[in-house]
Amino acid sequence: MLQRTQHLTKLYGVAEGHRIEAYERVGGYVQARKALATTQSAVVDEMKKANLRGRGGAGFAAGVKWSFMKPHATKPAYLVVNADEGEPGTFKDRTLMERDPHRVVEGCIIGCFGIGAHAAYIYVRDELHLSKERLWGAIREARAKGYLGAKPFGRDYPVEVYVHTGAGAYICGEETSLLNSLEGKRGEPRLKPPFPAQVGAFGCPTTVNNLETIAAVPTVFELGGEAFSKLSALHHLGDGGCRLYGVSGHVKTPGVFEAAVGVTLRDLIYDLGGGISDGGELLAVIPGGSSCPVLLPHETVSAPDEKSPLHAWHGKSVLDVPMGVDTFRALGTMLGTCCAIVLSDKVCPLAAMQNLMHFYRHESCGQCTPCREGTGWLDRLVTKLLAGEGTLDDLDRIHEIASNIMGNTICAFGEGASMPTLGFVRKFRRHFEDHVAGKPCAAGGRLHA
Amino acid sequence: MPFALSPERDRELAEILSRYPNRQAACIPMLHLCQEQNGWVSDEVVEFVARTLELPSAHVLGVVTFYTLFNQQPVGRHQVWVCRTLSCALRGSDELLRHCEKKLGVHAGETTKGGEVTLRTAECLASCGTAPMMQIDKNYHENLSIAEVDRLLDRLLAGG
Repeated sequence: MLQRTQHLTKLYGVAEGHRIEAYERVGGYVQARKALATTQSAVVDEMKKANLRGRGGAGFAAGVKWSFMKPHATKPAYLVVNADEGEPGTFKDRTLMERDPHRVVEGCIIGCFGIGAHAAYIYVRDELHLSKERLWGAIREARAKGYLGAKPFGRDYPVEVYVHTGAGAYICGEETSLLNSLEGKRGEPRLKPPFPAQVGAFGCPTTVNNLETIAAVPTVFELGGEAFSKLSALHHLGDGGCRLYGVSGHVKTPGVFEAAVGVTLRDLIYDLGGGISDGGELLAVIPGGSSCPVLLPHETVSAPDEKSPLHAWHGKSVLDVPMGVDTFRALGTMLGTCCAIVLSDKVCPLAAMQNLMHFYRHESCGQCTPCREGTGWLDRLVTKLLAGEGTLDDLDRIHEIASNIMGNTICAFGEGASMPTLGFVRKFRRHFEDHVAGKPCAAGGRLHA
Repeated sequence: MPFALSPERDRELAEILSRYPNRQAACIPMLHLCQEQNGWVSDEVVEFVARTLELPSAHVLGVVTFYTLFNQQPVGRHQVWVCRTLSCALRGSDELLRHCEKKLGVHAGETTKGGEVTLRTAECLASCGTAPMMQIDKNYHENLSIAEVDRLLDRLLAGG
């Protein structure tokens, strides 16, 4: 169900919308001022009621995450905001940083107060120079007004916000890798436990939230947690609010759109995205960034069990299922970042898989052997198949290697590379076999008409 | 010759150090600062960062080799990155890259003879809705056509 909203994007397209004057004109910083006049537990309770599921891909409830933060006798706490946006197909956080950076700063103030931190680090990938500039600009403006610093809004609760930059590594979007990178180390993921809420940045209790999650916080407080949650068509599944959707690839109008949670892939592709470009038909859609297994338009939902979150859509097309954390997990894929990549039937799915395998091979941090070696093998095998030199044994080998990566690595990158691999091999089996038999598709290994 | 930061960048470093509870955390921002001045991260830069932040050189070198954006050898005056990942590939980035290679007379990963441009491919630059795209130094150029790429590269080659 498509229900367009304009909470997170109300300043998109407004001239000088990134300046504090524009933000305050639309009610900016009112919520931080109000929140700081209440108590820490009141802030966390409101966040819990909002059912705001993390917008970075894992979909963990932000209010619950905040409630894990317990005051420590000697150590300070930190808020870390993950803006290392790099999941292929994902380009939503960048729009918030560029067009409404004050929303992020206000979210940081409320977030710091809620978790008992006095400093927030926004980890932005280095390539996003305009985003960093806009965030620093917003921080300076907020500080000049006294919203940041020793006494935000006159309350004796110091808050500082800093921008920290990476240096080109997809893995730093993984939260413990990001923490290592923030500490000035190689961005290799850490073993969990301990979780960041116990041992995070600089060995101190830390909450890591995605940037869009933080940017939604002022809206949670403006509407009230429960009203925010009820914007969503999946409120009953504990998946609340509004969020940013992205669509890229073979659609007529790619871009970022805001809507209440519950948009379907059909809405995203044919309504927001304007339909398939270049006169093609929909071949497949990767729902939420490249790590989410691909979905095909002829797939239908099989959920005869009444307890399944998908039961209401039993027998219907996967394109008509509202995009939610639990609904998409039950479909055997993931919601991820809610930024879909659309493939038309004029291109070769094998070439799409090869493009992604090259990505995962390049971005594996190399710490765990199954992932470091496995992603290399996957890339080489699919490249071989694409060149028409593969065998049916190679298909089995891809299956075996991907299965051996899963569950055998420190972080979820391994799953992020294996799950889409298995998705492609399973759902395009016939296509792969044709390549082996020397009968490649009409697209002939091309990704672009 | 030992490396040192310009006075202006030295002041910036002092401000960077004030953001963190320890000196090590300034490692990546400081390496960026040095690379901005030096163009690449030489052994001298590694030594300088290690000494300033009171870290083992091996730690700093480990950081340099982990991250794609630290240049481990000299590069051209301008950095051109063509995004090659799926959303851009679906909208013609391979053609765009081939065109850049032909026009500049180099392969991805190489620098033009006159030292004007280093051409590289990038993994997803979070610009999927405006594909195909490339990054030139600190700027994104989006929704690119071949004609637009020509115009951009001509400007770089002319010393702009």
